[in-house]
Formats: sequence, structure tokens, C-alpha cells
Amino acid sequence: MPIEFEIPKPLTQAQFMLKTVSEEMIRPKSRYFDEHEHEIPWDYIEFMHSAMRAMGGSSLAPRDESPSPNRRGDRGEGKRPPIGYQLIAAQIESLAYGDLGFYHCLPGGGLGAAAVYAAGTPEQKEKFLARFMDEKPTFAAMCITESGAGSDNSAICTRAVLDEKTNQWVINGEKIFVTGGDKSFTEYEKLGKGFIVVWATIDPTAGRAGMRAFVVESGTPGVKITKLEHKLGIRVSDTAAISLVDARVPFDNILGSATVEKSTSGFKGAMATFDATRPLVAASGVGVARAALEFLKEKLAENGVKIRYGLPRQKLSNIEREVIDMEIMLKSAWLMVIKATWMADNKKPNALEASMSKVKSGDVTTKITQKVVEILGPLGYSREFLAEKWMRDAKITDIYEGTGQINRLVVARQILGYSGAELR
Amino acid sequence: MYSFDPTEEQQMLIDAVKKYAANDLRPAAHDAEENKELPKKLINKGWELGLLQASIPESYGGFGERSAVTGVLALEEMAFGDLAGMLAVMTPSLFALPILLAGSEEQKEKYLPKIIESQWPSYTAAFIEYAFDFDPNDMKTTATFNGDSYILNGEKAFVPFGKEAVSLLVYAKLDGQTQSFIVPKDSVGLTVNDEREKLMSLNALPLYRVKLEDVKVPASNRLGGESGHDFDLILSSMRVANAATAVGVANAAFEYAKNYAKEREAFGVKIAQKQAIAFMLAEMRTEIEAIRLLTWATAWKLDQGREDASNEAYLASTGAADMAMMVTDRAVQILGGHGYIREHPVEMWMRNGRGFATFTGLAIV
Repeated sequence: MPIEFEIPKPLTQAQFMLKTVSEEMIRPKSRYFDEHEHEIPWDYIEFMHSAMRAMGGSSLAPRDESPSPNRRGDRGEGKRPPIGYQLIAAQIESLAYGDLGFYHCLPGGGLGAAAVYAAGTPEQKEKFLARFMDEKPTFAAMCITESGAGSDNSAICTRAVLDEKTNQWVINGEKIFVTGGDKSFTEYEKLGKGFIVVWATIDPTAGRAGMRAFVVESGTPGVKITKLEHKLGIRVSDTAAISLVDARVPFDNILGSATVEKSTSGFKGAMATFDATRPLVAASGVGVARAALEFLKEKLAENGVKIRYGLPRQKLSNIEREVIDMEIMLKSAWLMVIKATWMADNKKPNALEASMSKVKSGDVTTKITQKVVEILGPLGYSREFLAEKWMRDAKITDIYEGTGQINRLVVARQILGYSGAELR
Repeated sequence: MYSFDPTEEQQMLIDAVKKYAANDLRPAAHDAEENKELPKKLINKGWELGLLQASIPESYGGFGERSAVTGVLALEEMAFGDLAGMLAVMTPSLFALPILLAGSEEQKEKYLPKIIESQWPSYTAAFIEYAFDFDPNDMKTTATFNGDSYILNGEKAFVPFGKEAVSLLVYAKLDGQTQSFIVPKDSVGLTVNDEREKLMSLNALPLYRVKLEDVKVPASNRLGGESGHDFDLILSSMRVANAATAVGVANAAFEYAKNYAKEREAFGVKIAQKQAIAFMLAEMRTEIEAIRLLTWATAWKLDQGREDASNEAYLASTGAADMAMMVTDRAVQILGGHGYIREHPVEMWMRNGRGFATFTGLAIV
């Protein structure tokens, strides 16, 4: 197909629908849940879950058929290019436009299920992923970060040892910053049985080659939520600290091989899931930034400030220049998300584009939201409006799923052809 | 659907342009800038690539169809070789493409075959004016209608090949709107400065100041004929071309700095292995990609005749100017002292880089 920028219909439809959800359902509650941290927005969760079930989807995790280029053709439906990841990006952008924290409260598998998708066997997928279609909303979460292992997740200390007598893995360690950890692990009556995916080493001498992920079902003895963090933003989304003390899980809950080979291909494979998820986090940032920029333009219009597009820079006011620059940033950041997800959909290696989209979105999202608060002055700073909240929410998009700096490192290694050892 | 793959035809064209940019334009760039002269042979060879010819339908002597997308792909690659060389090769399109886009049937038949069939022909356009707040939609050069002809008055700047051109497309304000007029060079009242423009860069490109004093052209020389033309489409095509060339120059600077950083050693390692350098390169590459995609999207919208195309073209061109300055500045920074020396091309690209805030009107797709 030649170069084309026609927005696919399913994306437009999703954007249209979720705009209504954002404006009618999410925004009116944004402030309440920002000020009542750790309360759970049940109405929203139940509404979204039943809506998604009605549409035959369970979560925003990419479904098997979407990213495969050949499936549709095989069914004789004509060779329409796959748009699975692009669609997810558009959905996430639209939800984050409503509220970034609420996007994280969308029931479904999230990053936990994504790990199972990426590294699980067909049996594991069947066993762990079917539940998200059940009647009750269900969550899953990913536990990687530890107090001593953030961006450098090869420094993980959590240990998994096989108890050969019972054929169980025994896991010990402390995990922090688990997004949705509470809803995934704590057994709430209104929720289905979720799980967390815990990263641990099965061979501390093997470094990255010894790293594996384990599915730990909610309620597993020995696992405890020890803390819910109090955050700068996205307060409606719970961020848990989880301790595992002699937590036992069945042998088959390991994702990937149980034997340690010399190569780090397993770890690299896991890291490759970031190539799929980074553009999605970038998409969420773009959504917040768009919310802020649209709000700014609305307020400016109310106050009689027009943006005179097309004029030479020399004739523009400072506010006009700022708005125009922000539009350039926002549009180009979104196109980078689209390109990275388009590559994922078409099975093109996209490590460079995925990380570039994250670098750009992290920059743009923090800059735009901060600039909007600045330009709006007291209106921006006031908690009467959401601009200040969006600025607080936005900051996380330049931190999680690889900080802006880690992603610069990935981009640099890609363009320079350097290994991790050559460019540390 | 979204797609980012050029067609096979476009890819062949890109490859041909790349080859010319690498083997011809780039090696000649340094001397051309220093000697303030581009070899005629070099320009002719670029013309023979047939970029403009491929934009013109067969009925007017060409062999293709104009596409802004193809145009931006080609211009980026050519500007990657050398900006001045690229602008020189493509100067005839400043005259021909507006005629193709907005000219009357009579004008197309009269000029297009003639331009296309010759060796690199001396046709140009007079667009930019010498004012700090030059505004394409509010030009100081004026056109007035006197019943059967138009009278042009004003002064134009940065007119490429103004001296040797046989005809110019002159942009002027008529009844509050920008319109353009085909002006033969030998028209009474038209004078081209003897001295070339002296600019921060583009020394290889002969640019001239052109004065118009009561220059009279027949009514039929108004682009589009009696009712004139839609200037917006032409301006947008210029803006997106400006963005594409900015991407090309920025990418040239980025690639050069990247390769240098992988060679140059300091403190026992290649400087590219230092995060301070590596992060700059990562940001340069990211910003280039951002504007490249915005440029492609704009070009596609232009080809589709989308309503928001002209606004996007404005944004792409504006963003490209900032991006090109940032990237080329950093390229010089990465080379350090060597970047400041004219032996390396990065200082020239930095001088080029600042120009994209001003160059709209020197290229069109």
C-alpha cells in the first residue's frame, strides 16, 4: 500500500464513542477521585466492563487475530491490512483524553495479560486469559520494579526456586510500583479472580538469562499488598507494593522455559513486549496533552483570543506562537505513535520507532500540560479546573514504561548500532 | 488505512535521487559554496533525473502526474545531498508547478511543453520580499488592473537565477489577495540587481533582488487567466516543500554527526558511547522523524484535497524550521571545534538550518 494517512474507520468509531464516555462519564468524576485517593470507581469499572462485553471484547490487550497479517485473508474476507495495535492506541488515547488514571482502571488484562500473550504457551493463554470475558470485571498486573531495580530491571532480586517435591515454584521478594496491583490481587466481591505476573530470577548467577515471569493468582498465600502509594497524579489508579514470602505457585505458571540457557533470548523476548507497549503508553500521553490543549483553546476562545494560523511568526502574539508550537508537537507525536503501531501490526521490527514515539510523547505531554497551566495563570493553577490535574497526571508518562532517558538510550543504541555494553 | 511504504515507483525515484545526491551534489557542495558557483553540468544532471517532468501529464509533454507525496520524498533526498544544488535543479518548477496547479489551459499549453522539453530551462519565480515580517498573504508588491493589463510595482528578493531567467512568475497583491503573474524578463520597468544577494548561506545559488516599476503585463498573463487562482494551494505546496527540504538538511547533519561520533575518540572511548552525545543524537533522530511524518501527512492531505491541508502545511513548515535549527546546531556541537571549521559541512548545514524560517517560496512540490 502506498503512503496514506486515511484514518481507518474502526479508529474513528472508537474515538467517537470514547469521546462521549470521556466527557459524560469520566470527566465529571475526575476531580472526585483525584481528591479521594484509593477509592475505587466501581460505576465506571462496571459500565466499561459490560460495554466491552457487549461488544465482544474483554480488554485493550491486542487480540490474537488482529496483529496477524494473514488471518483475515485466510477467511476470505479480503486482504485488509491489520490495524489491531493502531486501534488500541486510538482507544487508549481517547480514554486518556478523558482521564489517564481512569484509563488504568479499565478492567482487563493490562500489562499482566500482555506478558502472558507475549510469552505464554497456548495452554497458558487458555488458562489465564479466558477470565477477562467473564461476567465480573477482572484485572491483571505486572510486577517488575523493586526498590533496587527500576529502569535496570536486570537487577531484580526476587527469587523463584523449584520445590521438586511438590513441583511448585517458591517465590520470595518485594515488588513496588505495581499499577493496578490491588485490583488484580485483592479479592473484591465485585471483581473476578485476577492475577499478577511476578518477575523473578531462577538463577541469580545467570543475570538476565535467569529472569522469568510467573503468574501468581489473586489470594495466593504468602503474598500481601503492603502499601498503596500516594502519588502526584493518576490517583484513581492504585499503585501497590507487594511482598512475597514463600509464595507457592504451580510449576506450569512459569512463562517461558524453566531451564536456564546461556543466551539472554528469553529476557530479550520479554523486553520485546515493550516494543508493542511503549507506543501505547505514548498514545496515553498524547491523550492527556490533547485534553489540556483543547481546554486551553476553549478558554482562550471564551476570552476572545483568536489563534491566527498562517501568519508569519513575527506577526503572532506569544500565546499564538505557543499554541501553534504545541499543535505541531501534538500532531507529530501522534503520527509517531501511529507509525510505531502500524509497524507492530505489520510485523515490522519497530524497536527504534517504539522508543522514539515514547521519547517524543513523554516530552510533548509534560511540556504541553505544563505550558497550559502557565498560560492559563490562576485558572490553570486552580483546582476548579482540570488543567493542573492533567499536568500532574502527565508527568508519569515520561517515567513509566521506560523513562525518557531509558528510551533515549534505546533510540541511541538503535541508531548507533551499539549493544548495551557499548553504550551504557 | 495508514501506510508508510512508498510505492515501487516512488522507491525507484528515491533511489535515483539518493544516488545523485550522494555522488554528485554532496561532493560538489563545499566548493560550490566557497566559489559561489554551481557547475552547470551538475544542475543539468539533476534536471535529467526528471522530477519535474514526471509531475507533468503526457498531454503537456511530461510523463507522469504531480504528487505532493512523491515530491516531498524526492526533495528530502536531494536536499540531503546539498540544499543549494537542490534548489538550483528545481528552480524551473517554481514557474512550472504553479502553472500546472492553477494555470489556465492556454498557459499550460504555452509553457509546460516548452519547459519540459528543453535542457534545464531558465524559468523562475519572484516570491519573497525584503521585510522582517514578510507575509505571503499580505505582500507589499502590488498589481492593479487598468482595463486590459496589470501594472506591477514593488521589490522582490531572493529570486533564484533572476539574471538568466527568460520569464518569472511574480507574486503580488491584487484586491487584497496574493495572485501571480507571468512576467517576461525583458518587460519594461523590470530590473534585476547586478549584484547577487549576500546571504548567510546558499552562496552557491545565484539569488537576486528584482525591482518592478510600473511593469505592464497583458491580462492573459495572470495565472489562471481572468479569474485568477487559488493562492492557498500554491502556498501550501511551497510550505510542505520547505518542510521536506528542512528534513533533508537536518538528516544530512544528523548522519554526519552520528558517523563522526562513532569515529572520534576521547577518554578512551568513541564519543558516541558517552550519553551526553548519544542522547543528543537520539533527540535529533526523534525530532527529524516527527517532522518527516508531519510533512508526509501534509503532502498526502494536499494530494487528497483535504480541507485542513493548508493549516497542516503551515504547521509542518513552522515545525520544520525549528527542528532544522535544533538538529543542525547540535551537529556542529557534536563535532566541537571541528564543526566550526568549514572543512566539515556541518557549519554550512547550520547556516542552512536557520534559513527554513525564511525559505518558503524557494521550493515547491
